[in-house]
Amino acid sequence: MRIGIPRESKAGETLVAATPATAAELRKLGYDVVLEARAGDRADQPDEAYTAAGVRIVDGPTVWASDVVAKVNPPSDDEIARLRPGTVLVSLMAPGSSPDLLEKLRAAGVTALALDAVPRISRAQALDVLSSMANIAGYRAVVEAAHAFGRQFTGQVTAAGKVPPARVFVVGAGVAGLAAIGAARAMGAVVRAFDVRPEVAEQVESMGAEFVFVDMEQQASVDGYAQQMTAAQEAATAAMYDAEVRAADIVITTALIPGRPAPRLVPAATVAGMQPGSVIVDMAAANGGNVEGTVAGQRVTTASRVTIIGYTDLVSRLPGQSSQLFGTNVVNLFKLLTPGNDGCPVLDLDDVVQRGMTVARDGELLWPPPPVQVSAAPPPAPAPAPAPPPPPRPRDPRIRLYGAGLAALLFLLLATYSPSALLNHFTVFVLAIFVGYYVISNVVHALHTPLMSETNAISGIILVGGILQIGHENLLVTVLGTIAVLVASINIFGGFLVTSRMLQMFHKG
Amino acid sequence: MDEILLSEHLTGLVQGLYIVAGVLFILALAGLSKHETARRGNTFGMAGMVLALVATLLLAARNAELLPDQRPFAITLTLIIVAMLVGAAIGAWRARTVEMTQMPELIAMLHSFVGLAAVLVGFTSYFEPGAADVGTMAAIHLAEVFIGVFIGAVTLTGSVVAFLKLSGRMKSAPLVLPARHLLNLLILLVSAGLLVWFMVDKSGTAVVPLLVMTALALFLGFHLVAAIGGGDMPVVVSMLNSYSGWAAAAAGFMLDNDLLIITGSLVGASGAILSYIMCKAMNRSFVSVIAGGFGSDGQVSGEERDYGDHREASVDEVSTLLSDARSVVIAPGYGMAVAQAQYPVADLAARLIARGINVRFAIHPVAGRLPGHMNVLLAEAKIPYDIVLDMDEINPDFASTDVALVIGANDTVNPAADDDPSSPIAGMPVLRVWDARDVIVFKRSMATGYAGVQNPLFFRPNTRMLFGDAKARVDDIVHELG
Repeated sequence: MRIGIPRESKAGETLVAATPATAAELRKLGYDVVLEARAGDRADQPDEAYTAAGVRIVDGPTVWASDVVAKVNPPSDDEIARLRPGTVLVSLMAPGSSPDLLEKLRAAGVTALALDAVPRISRAQALDVLSSMANIAGYRAVVEAAHAFGRQFTGQVTAAGKVPPARVFVVGAGVAGLAAIGAARAMGAVVRAFDVRPEVAEQVESMGAEFVFVDMEQQASVDGYAQQMTAAQEAATAAMYDAEVRAADIVITTALIPGRPAPRLVPAATVAGMQPGSVIVDMAAANGGNVEGTVAGQRVTTASRVTIIGYTDLVSRLPGQSSQLFGTNVVNLFKLLTPGNDGCPVLDLDDVVQRGMTVARDGELLWPPPPVQVSAAPPPAPAPAPAPPPPPRPRDPRIRLYGAGLAALLFLLLATYSPSALLNHFTVFVLAIFVGYYVISNVVHALHTPLMSETNAISGIILVGGILQIGHENLLVTVLGTIAVLVASINIFGGFLVTSRMLQMFHKG
Repeated sequence: MDEILLSEHLTGLVQGLYIVAGVLFILALAGLSKHETARRGNTFGMAGMVLALVATLLLAARNAELLPDQRPFAITLTLIIVAMLVGAAIGAWRARTVEMTQMPELIAMLHSFVGLAAVLVGFTSYFEPGAADVGTMAAIHLAEVFIGVFIGAVTLTGSVVAFLKLSGRMKSAPLVLPARHLLNLLILLVSAGLLVWFMVDKSGTAVVPLLVMTALALFLGFHLVAAIGGGDMPVVVSMLNSYSGWAAAAAGFMLDNDLLIITGSLVGASGAILSYIMCKAMNRSFVSVIAGGFGSDGQVSGEERDYGDHREASVDEVSTLLSDARSVVIAPGYGMAVAQAQYPVADLAARLIARGINVRFAIHPVAGRLPGHMNVLLAEAKIPYDIVLDMDEINPDFASTDVALVIGANDTVNPAADDDPSSPIAGMPVLRVWDARDVIVFKRSMATGYAGVQNPLFFRPNTRMLFGDAKARVDDIVHELG
C-alpha cells in the first residue's frame, strides 16, 4: 500500500508529516512512501534526503491518490475533494470542536484517523501527537518569553551588582507545562507552578519547581485531562492566581479543557498589576486564551508595558524537531495498524486506541467514541477490596521472657548433674558462639562469599580428629580416619586458596 | 626426642598451641569485616591451621609412644602425609580452576566433606573411644558420638543435594513428597528413640541403632534440601554452612578437643547469621524457607491484572540516555551472571566513569546464589569494590539518579513488595530503582522471576525494556558509546 505525504497547505505551517528517518521506518513496515515535491523544505528536510531514504518524490495528485494520506493539519475542503473514497486519512482533526469537518469526511467516504484523539492511556503514549507537540510548545514558550523579557532568567552576583533570578509561574502541569518548567529551570529561573489536579504536584516538584497549593478540595482527574472547575473552586483559585501572577516576571498558561473554550484565568486587572516588562505566554490562545487581552497569533503589549504572547504556532517554530516527533508518532500508529508488517493497514475497532482515533469510516460517523477509563489516576470507585486480614496479634513479650527463664532453669538442672569435664567444654562452646556472633555480625555483605569459603577452610580443622585416630591398630578405624583426613584436607587447602583467590580480585577504584 | 614426647609439659604446649590457633581463627573471621584487612585475615587463618596441625601431630606422636594399641608412628605419619597431600592436591586444583559463577557449588561440596569427615570421625570415635571414659562420661561420649554422626550425616547428604541442584545435575524444582513435614518429624523422633537404645545397649549390638540412625539422617538431609527450590539456595547453603560448623563442634565434644569446639561454634554462628540475613532480605521466616520454596504450597501467586503496557527501548536510545546522564546505578541480578554479562557490564561502567558519570552498583542481599556472590562476580570483572554498594546504602540515592539499569534482576526490584500488601513478596526489602528518573530493564522476555510474581516495574511510565541476551545488549551499548 502507498502512503502519501502532501505538502501542508495551511499558511505558515512548517511541519511535514514524515521526515526521511520516519519515512524509512514506514518503508520497513512494508509501505511504499511518496512525498509531494518540496513538502519537507520548510522543516529543513530536502527532497534529496527523502530520495536517499527510498521515498519517491511525486506531484500533488499522485500523493492525494494514495491509499493512505498522512498529514499534519486538518484537511481543507479542497483537499477533502481530492481524496478517493476508502482512503485512510491520518492527521490532526480536532474532532471535538469541528463537527463540520467530520461530516465532510464522512460524506467523502474516507477512513479518518484523528491523531489528536488518542486516548490518554500509557499504551498509547507512543502515538500521542498532542503530548509530543505540547512538549515542544512548552519549551518554545519559554524561549519566546525569554526573547521578549528584558532581563536574564538566571540570578547572578557580578561586579556591576546583583541580578535576581526571574520568577516564572506556570499554570497547568500537563506535558506543555512540565516542559516549560524544565526549560525555565534550565535557564536558571525560579519556577512555581499550579494545576487543578493535586496528583501532579510530585511531578512538578521532580522538575525542580514549587507546586502552589490552594486551600480547597481539589479534584482527581478521570480521563487524564483537567476538567472545568466548579464555581466555588474558581472563587478560591482566583485569589491565588491574582497573587501569583502579580509576583511573577514570566507567566506561562497552558490550561485547556477538551472540547470547550480555554478557561479565563487571569483578568486584565491582574495583568495590569504585573511589573512593567513582564511577559505572559498564553499557550491556550488558539482556544480563546487563559489571559484577558490575549490575541491569538499575536504579540501585544498592554498599556502597563506587559507583553502578552498569543502565538499559536509555537510548534511550527521548531519545524525540524516537531516533524521528527510527529513523524515518529505516525510511524507508531502504523506499527499498531500493521500487525503483519506487510504494508496493509488493518483497523481493529475493538482496540480502544484505534477506536478512539477513528472518527469516520465507510460513510459512517464514529465520533464520539465510547469513553475510556485511563490509568493516569486511580479509578474513582475501585471495586470494594477484600477486607485485609486482621494483623496478627503481637506476641506477648513476656512469653519470651518466661521461655528464656524456663530454658535457663532446665540448663541449670542439667548442669548440676553433669560432669565438670563436659561443663568445661560447654563453657568454651557457649563463649565461642557469642564471639562468633559478634565477629561475624561485623563482616560486610560484600565479603560474605569469602567468609563462607574461609569458614569452609577452618572447619576442615575436623581433620584433627582423624589424625589422632589414624594411629590406632584397628584397621577399620585407620581406614575411616585416613578418609576423614583426606576430605578434611580438601576443605583446608581448597577453602584457604579459593578465599585468597577471591580476595585478590577485590580492588579499590 | 622421646623425652620431649613423653614429657608432662607436652600436653600443655599442645593446649597452648590450640588456644593460639583458636585466636588466629577468630582474627581470620574478624579480618573479613573490611576489605582492607581481609587478606591479612586469611593469612591468620592459614597460620592458625598450621599451628593446629603441628600441635596435633605432636599429640599423635606422643600417643604412638604412650598408648599400647598404636601402630608405629612412622606408618601413621606416612598415612597422614599421603592423605593430606592427596586432599591438598584436589583442594588446590578445585580452588584454582573453579569459575566464580560456580562458587556456590564448590562451597556446597566443601560442606559435604565436613559432614563426611564428621560422620567418619564419629564412627572411629565410637569404635575407639579412648581410655579415659568411664561411667557418666562414657555415656555422655556415646550421646556425643550419636549427635555428631547425626548432624554430620544431615550435612553430608544435604550438601550433596545442594551441590547437585546448584550445578544443574539435579532439577532445582522442589521435591514434594506427601506429608513431608510429618516425615521429617518422624525421622527426628525415631532418631531420638534410637539414641536411647544406643546408650542403654551394653551388648555388641549397639552399632545397629547407630547405623540405622545414620541411614535415616542421610535421608533427612537429602529430603530437607530436595524440598527447597533453586532460588532459596542462598539460605540453604548458609544453613548447611552452619550445620557443618555444628558437626565440627560435636566432633570436638566427642574428642574432648576445645579447638574443634571453638572453630565449630564460630562456623556454626557464621552460617546461622548468614541464613538470618538472607531470610530477612526475602522477608521470609527461616522455617518457611526450610519448609519449602515459593509457590510450592500450591498457591497461585498474584491474580491476573491489567498492568498496562510495557515500552521497549532501542540500544541507541539507551546509549543516549547513558551518555547524557550524570549518575547511573546498575542493579545486577543472577541473570547477569547466567548471561556472563559481567565483563561487558564492567566495560560499560568503565567507559561511563571515564566520561565523568557517577556510576555505582546496587547489590540486593539475595542477588546471586550465595551471600555476597554478586560482589565476587563483579570483583572478578575488575569492578572496584568501592562503587559496589549494598541495598541500604544505595536505596536513598535512587531518587537523585538519572538512569537505573536493571540487568538480570526481577524480584529484587519489584515495587509490589513495597506498595502492594496482597503481593506474595509484600514486605520484602527491594532496590527502589523506580525512584530513578529513567529505568532500563534488560530482560530476555516478559517472564516472571523466581517468585512467579509479575513485576509492575516493567509497566511504570519511566521504565523501558531492552529485550534480548544481556551480554549482547550491553555489548551493543558499549559499541554504540564507542
